[in-house]
Amino acid sequence: MKCGVVVFPGSNCDHDVYHVWKHVLQQEATFLWHQDDSLQGCELIVLPGGFAYGDYLRAGALAALSPVMGAVKRHAEAGGLVLGICNGFQVLLETGLLPGAMRRNENLRFQCLDVHLRTERTDLPFTGRLAPGQVLRLPIAHAEGNYEDSAERLDALEAGGQVVFRYCEPDGRVTPESNPNGAARNIAGIANTAGNVLGLMPHPERASEAILGNTDGLALFSSVVEAGSRHLGYLQNVGAGR
Amino acid sequence: MKARVTVYPRREILDPQGKAIRDALTRVGFPGVDDVRAGKSFEISLDTGDPQAAEGQLREMCEKLLANTVVEDYSVELLGVEGNHP
Repeated sequence: MKCGVVVFPGSNCDHDVYHVWKHVLQQEATFLWHQDDSLQGCELIVLPGGFAYGDYLRAGALAALSPVMGAVKRHAEAGGLVLGICNGFQVLLETGLLPGAMRRNENLRFQCLDVHLRTERTDLPFTGRLAPGQVLRLPIAHAEGNYEDSAERLDALEAGGQVVFRYCEPDGRVTPESNPNGAARNIAGIANTAGNVLGLMPHPERASEAILGNTDGLALFSSVVEAGSRHLGYLQNVGAGR
Repeated sequence: MKARVTVYPRREILDPQGKAIRDALTRVGFPGVDDVRAGKSFEISLDTGDPQAAEGQLREMCEKLLANTVVEDYSVELLGVEGNHP
């Protein structure tokens, strides 16, 4: 399955994602420059972590208007897979591909630590290899991960099953203490209603190899590979439609 | 036409930055500060002299880019034509 990793000026997790996809999972990978408006037939688009456009104005605000994001929007609307990690999640929010917005972390600190996440959805292309309620330990590194939306829209998000990961205790209990940034309802990751676009603050690409001491993140990427081989025909149609 | 656009966190949303600034103001001798909202200000020069057109453009800029209306409000203030400040 071909993965395109978008490179904005200021992206800094692009090579990590490329490495996991290409060398750990042995899949085809390429970089996509922010000025490109072609996705080169990629079936999975990853918006990586970093500080796209220096986070000027708001995290993700300027990246959301770059040429490549027009193509990513069309890809997503046609059912293509899009994964936004950390700053990539912020870009997806600013693009409107996912609902809500990020604010500064509640304690105003850049939070760099391992957190635990409870898996709320296992029927997505990104989570097929996870078990319901499975707890993952993944690193976070961000200053603006304080997810926010109106109460009605948060209720709609919950009702639609769009909350995919929540910050939790190691045993899976969702508590205020396990919330590292003040995010509404401990939300760490959400999907769109169709389930083909996922954004999350933690970094699975930094926890995908035994040598790094943690492979909890690899399941997200290998789920996509597995989903791709199951739905290859469908995804090829999406690719051909561009 | 010159204008000032102000973007600030919405009232009903906790502003962690504003709260930290309020606490710091209390520490440096201003105990009477009840609330601080920390926002952004943009000074924008436009090539139009028509106040209505300018205001329309500025509001559109806020909706499209300058503000994230999920968590922020904005206000638009026209400062007059260049060289002819009120």
